[in-house]
Amino acid sequence: MSVTAFALLIERLAFMPSRTGKLRLLEDHFRQAEDPDRGWALAALTGALSFPAVKAGAIRAAAAARLDPVLFAASYDFVGDLAETVALMWPDTGVSATAPSLAEAVERLTLSGRAEAPALLAAWLDRLDDSARVAFLKLVTGGLRVGVSARLAKTALARFGGRAPEEIEEVWHGLAPPYRDLFAWLDGRAGRPQVNHAATFRPLMLATPLEDTEAAALDLSAYAAEWKWDGIRVQLVAGADVRRIFSRTGDDITPAFPDIARHMAFDAVLDGELLVARPGAEAGSGSGSGSGSNGAAAEIAPFNDLQQRLNRKTVTRRMLAEHPAWVRLYDILFEAGEDLRGLAFTDRRARLEAWFARIRPQCMDLSPLVAFAGLEELAALRRGARGRAIEGLMLKRRDSAYVGGRPKGPWFKWKRGPLTLDTVLMYAQRGHGKRSSYYSDFTFGAWREVAGGGRELVPVGKAYFGFTDAELVDLDRWVRTHTTDRFGPVRAVEPRLVLEVAFDSVHRSSRHKSGVAMRFPRVHRIRWDKPAEDADALATLEAMIAE
Amino acid sequence: MTATRHGRRPPVSWLAVRPEGLLVVPAGVFVDPLRAVDRALVTHGHADHARPGSAHVGATEETLAIMRARYGAAAGGRLEPFAWGETRSLGGVDITFRPAGHVLGSAQIVLEHAGTRVVVTGDYKRTADPTCRGFEPVACDVLVTEATFGLPVFRHPPPAAEVAKLLDSLRLFPERAHAVGVYALGKCQRLIALLRAAGYDRPIYLHGALVALCELYEAWGVSLGPLLPASAAAKADLAGAIVLAPPSALADRWARRLPDPVVAAASGWMRVRQRARQRGVELPLVISDHADWPELLATVEDTDPAEVWVTHGREDALVHAVRQTGRAARALALVGFEDEPE
Repeated sequence: MSVTAFALLIERLAFMPSRTGKLRLLEDHFRQAEDPDRGWALAALTGALSFPAVKAGAIRAAAAARLDPVLFAASYDFVGDLAETVALMWPDTGVSATAPSLAEAVERLTLSGRAEAPALLAAWLDRLDDSARVAFLKLVTGGLRVGVSARLAKTALARFGGRAPEEIEEVWHGLAPPYRDLFAWLDGRAGRPQVNHAATFRPLMLATPLEDTEAAALDLSAYAAEWKWDGIRVQLVAGADVRRIFSRTGDDITPAFPDIARHMAFDAVLDGELLVARPGAEAGSGSGSGSGSNGAAAEIAPFNDLQQRLNRKTVTRRMLAEHPAWVRLYDILFEAGEDLRGLAFTDRRARLEAWFARIRPQCMDLSPLVAFAGLEELAALRRGARGRAIEGLMLKRRDSAYVGGRPKGPWFKWKRGPLTLDTVLMYAQRGHGKRSSYYSDFTFGAWREVAGGGRELVPVGKAYFGFTDAELVDLDRWVRTHTTDRFGPVRAVEPRLVLEVAFDSVHRSSRHKSGVAMRFPRVHRIRWDKPAEDADALATLEAMIAE
Repeated sequence: MTATRHGRRPPVSWLAVRPEGLLVVPAGVFVDPLRAVDRALVTHGHADHARPGSAHVGATEETLAIMRARYGAAAGGRLEPFAWGETRSLGGVDITFRPAGHVLGSAQIVLEHAGTRVVVTGDYKRTADPTCRGFEPVACDVLVTEATFGLPVFRHPPPAAEVAKLLDSLRLFPERAHAVGVYALGKCQRLIALLRAAGYDRPIYLHGALVALCELYEAWGVSLGPLLPASAAAKADLAGAIVLAPPSALADRWARRLPDPVVAAASGWMRVRQRARQRGVELPLVISDHADWPELLATVEDTDPAEVWVTHGREDALVHAVRQTGRAARALALVGFEDEPE
């Protein structure tokens, strides 16, 4: 397979809105492409490839050497994307018959140095046709942006090989590109690859949401309670020669969190919440609490701060200083090679506390157990859980083993009630895929006083779920009959319809005109009855900010 | 004629840019005027070139038929057909229509006066198209060209490869309707012809707005194979079928009759990803009835004019590139021609 076949896949994925559609494209590609190219394609999609020598500067340099500057500038203005502009206007040499294989391109680029990168790029571009050039430049600069997570790629692998996703997960982190042994196994030509289990991700145990009515029916004496932290779930895997931090979906995010990894000098697999501490909080590190209900050591920053650290391949020193990472531990899966997953929660908790007291790792603490006498007290705790990093409560059956996946019953998450705000619909945008004929993405605003009197609406968020299909039909019709202006796929509407929006929390944000950003906003109720003048003010929303 | 924006007077003094469009002064006739005039010459039937209501309209037989189908009696007062290659004189100007390869009936207009030959290309392409006569380069002193895709990023791939993408998607998603946004005149029929050439012989479903012009093409001898109205089809019949509709219909309620549609669009703009994304397209097909960048430059070489005037599109880049070949070039900045849809 040449780069051309990979390019076609990238092209289709980039435009495919649906998850099942993406899965089918991937599965089809694994079936049609050959080794080792399909493995390199997999590596590219899962972010396992990087070519440090090739940066945007190398593309600019290659362009400057070969392209007319006036035409390049005019084209860049029109296209708006450097890699795409260069790819599209690169002169055709008509030698695409000699397009390199993906493997050849990857292997050569891995060895390339910064100085030779522009010339090397130019030589490859000469050998590719234009659609392949786009994919190639996106590949080498690490910006595929086709909406495929490692998780999705692994699901496609599982379907392709007729295996359970957990089976792929068990071996995944012991494998390396171009994954010949993995594909041999999935093709049925060889047995399951032997991997070093010390470095693998174990599927996480997930909780099911608990409705208020269900809570009353629960035998609470069988459950322990913890705070539900507003961070991201991580699994820490450390041993003699391995330190890895995995996300909930099994993505290896170690490079983004060196401040945690450097303190993982132990032999254990731990489950916990990744948070960001207030700078300077490390002073209190290591003084984790026991099973009492008093708070943990670090002062936690809002989720917004954590977001500065997410989705990054590398991290700057400044970011480490301003947004230091912290892990709040709540379970232990392995200790010194011993698999503890079969133990009851209470026993694992005792092992975790003993382990923590002995190791005292920096930048980590224990998530305290929350003592409660009964449903009433628990409900009161949940209502009061409006603190910075708390989303609600976790209930874990004391006798439950650690089981990967989402078994119903042993673990519940009982989120606090959402915040709500009455907002006014301002703009609507057409959706994608099945929703492409509906105005289904709604931008809503709140009132703000204008200097000199009067009020104006300022956009405070955007929501595209929370309503039923029938309600969507009504909203769509309303948008079409109340349009005041059109901007491509976006319509401005008369400021008349009140949407009661629910959201988990609200934070300050310099990126939004309103100065605030909501988390998980969704349409809670459509207030056909309520006059827009009675909708809430921006000040009301600002008062909800969790400082 | 007034001085150009580049401050030089053009070598041809008998052509002028007026608010109505390009005027051939001695003949008193406008080429593709923006509004109804006394005398119009029309290059082709697209609505931004063929406006209704002029008193005298000179065009090819096919273009006049298209105008009649679209505007009925309002097409014009006297419709005066030009045979291909036939030369007629008007006010001392010799006028000849030559094929432009854009859509059925599309023509370049060759104007000769006082020993100078001017070719107005109208919209054109050089790629072979089974639904219309192919472009014939005519050597000239002044080439008046379009530049819809006048940037070097626009190089249209072979149309057969784009159609293969559509057929490959049908194979992968046999339960989904494949809805392709196409312009009613030209793109629709060309895409059908390309599908037939690729061996696709199943019925193709049409939005109502496309039916009349497909019938007109058939009447002019362009065979399109089995076509069915989409509005009369059961939803289940459209699963795995190809449905053609104007792009606006696909983004609107009309599309709700389609089972889980793959929204495709056939257009030269699809080459730029962001453009395709803005339009909510899942399957972009780069199929254009306009000259791409290499074709624009090749046409300048082939017709070898002393001077090139660019009517509409991305003029600046083309003017720059033509000047680098040692020719004079300028933008006429004619307004009123649509950028999108093609």
